Amino acid sequence: MKPLIKKLTETFSPSGYENAIREVITDEIKDFADEIRVDALGNLIARKGSGGKKIMIAAHMDEIGLIVNHVDEKGFARFSPLGTFLPHTLVGARVRFLNGAYGVVGAEYLKKETQTKLAPLDKMFIDTGATSPKDSPVKIGDVAALERPFHDLGKRLIAKSMDNRVSVAVLIETMRKLKTTAHEVYFVFTTQEEVQVRGAITSAFGIAPEIGIAIDICPVGDTPDSAKKEVSLGKGVSIKIKDPLMIADPRIVTWMIKAAEKANIPYQREVSTLGSTDARAIQVAGAGAMVGGISIPCRYVHSPSEMVDYDDVQNTVKLLITLLEKKIEL
Amino acid sequence: MLKIRKPQLNLLEKLTNATAVSGDEGAIRKIVRVEVENIADEIKTDAMGNLLVTKRGKGRNRLKIMLAAHMDEIGFMLVNKESDGFFQFAPLGGMDPRQLAGKPVWVGREKVPGVIGAAPIHLVSPGQYNSTIPIASLRIDVGLGKPNVKVGDRATFATKFLRMGDSIRAKALDDRLGVAILIELLKNAPANIDLLAAFTVQEELGLRGAKVAAHALDPDLALAIDSTPALDFPVHDGSENIRYNTKLGAGPAIYTVDGRTLSDPRIIRWLSETGDAKKIPYQYRQPGSGGTDAGSIHISRAGIPTGSVSVPGRYAHSAMGLCRIKDWENTLNLLHAALSDLSPDILKEAR
Repeated sequence: MKPLIKKLTETFSPSGYENAIREVITDEIKDFADEIRVDALGNLIARKGSGGKKIMIAAHMDEIGLIVNHVDEKGFARFSPLGTFLPHTLVGARVRFLNGAYGVVGAEYLKKETQTKLAPLDKMFIDTGATSPKDSPVKIGDVAALERPFHDLGKRLIAKSMDNRVSVAVLIETMRKLKTTAHEVYFVFTTQEEVQVRGAITSAFGIAPEIGIAIDICPVGDTPDSAKKEVSLGKGVSIKIKDPLMIADPRIVTWMIKAAEKANIPYQREVSTLGSTDARAIQVAGAGAMVGGISIPCRYVHSPSEMVDYDDVQNTVKLLITLLEKKIEL
Repeated sequence: MLKIRKPQLNLLEKLTNATAVSGDEGAIRKIVRVEVENIADEIKTDAMGNLLVTKRGKGRNRLKIMLAAHMDEIGFMLVNKESDGFFQFAPLGGMDPRQLAGKPVWVGREKVPGVIGAAPIHLVSPGQYNSTIPIASLRIDVGLGKPNVKVGDRATFATKFLRMGDSIRAKALDDRLGVAILIELLKNAPANIDLLAAFTVQEELGLRGAKVAAHALDPDLALAIDSTPALDFPVHDGSENIRYNTKLGAGPAIYTVDGRTLSDPRIIRWLSETGDAKKIPYQYRQPGSGGTDAGSIHISRAGIPTGSVSVPGRYAHSAMGLCRIKDWENTLNLLHAALSDLSPDILKEAR
């Protein structure tokens, strides 16, 4: 799966501009789906199997990005975020625009009197090498994503947009390995998750599943002075019980935990105090669905370098296959 | 090209002088109905008060296009009677408390005159000049002997339409400009589409009317037509203004990203290419916060390709705004030209 994760994380597709990643994924899954379609918001929806339960497995394919809101007299491109950034991770980051332009993020406040102050995003800019709006390769509305190469540390992997391309890889791998299923499974690669889970709202309405599972990354509590959290890198698949905007259906949680225990897949119980996933939209779409979430523990979330553990990634695939292969009694 | 002439100006005058604070949009609904009922194929008011007007085209493969303009305006609601003719009030819609003291208002459907009162300078200590008067400390005063003014009544700024040469000064240009444009588009509806016009309610309270209108109309593609702030003034220290949102006189503002919607890239391209081809000036609204009815429409049902276009206007959400007639006309023409050229192939393009 490592070459696949590399390919996916080195593709540039911020929220609302998921064309490139959709093409990459379509190419990977076309031989393993019974039916593929794209909805009005660009969600890629692939069905596998029929009968049994109607299940939606969602992994968002968008990533956080930047959008130019002004090119100033000296050619610096001011920007707004697409999704949430922690400002201290951005200065010095390299960005690639969808139109091919390239740049580095700089900031005001670098004078001696203010250099200890953290610059907010509206005091930052992208330097594309331009000297005026005239020779600027970008204009208002042009979109960029962070650029950082994938790196394999052996057991641990680092890349930009590990959130959520690692889950996209998990879905693709699951589709490949899932020989048979007793269910009507919709693998949905959603759009615009980073801007209030909008793609999941419409794809869930269109599919109207009985069961919805979001696969996403989750922040961990195992780095120096990090917020307290039970979930650690490398200690197993994280089964979501609650996040600030969604309470997983207890029947789904029990089903997942039992399956993990039976198959000897290491897992962790996740109660998140930060962030949410596509599951929150699936739960309340149409007449509603039973939902849950499976998370891949991840360090340095929403920075240009996000880290996951390869065992966790492979165990997530294992758990998904275990869940989807058999008859479901809830 | 369509023109803004006397009849269009008279209609905007009527629309901006009428009062329709969020949740009580009847006055505008009535004006719109009179304007369009003879040309509409279907016209109905839904449960929330949205006025939905259908104008069908001719020929095959017509896209169903929803165009939304909100009828409501920001305003106030009387929440407590303190003494005869003297009321505490709450804002309906986004309001800057610094803009309120001393403004004349119209209260209720009968437009009873009143004033937003605050303590006079004689009785204010100098230390207080620099602080904002919170809305909780302001009152609406309608004078004595107004038994028809009651708690629950709405109020809005008492501002009358004024033409100032090439500009207009009026209240509620947000979004009576959109309403006026949508009426004009119905009267000049392109035959290649089915035009589903939604004159929506409660936009200023969180895009509420558009949500149910979009669900009911279930269009192939949608546009919100609105008015967005222009903050295109020189900066006090002479530095470059990099936070202007839009500029007056630069034409219709096409949305890329706001707080509620990432516009469908196909729609951004279609509108920009129309502007380029027809030589209609346009600008991109600076990506940022805020939202239009598009925010509700695009996530309706299984998703609807949606974008927004606004007429730039200064001093939005205050007692009076200011816009350029030319921007209004260019917005109307950009939309009309774009719709007239629209083919179902747009939905086959990669999003």
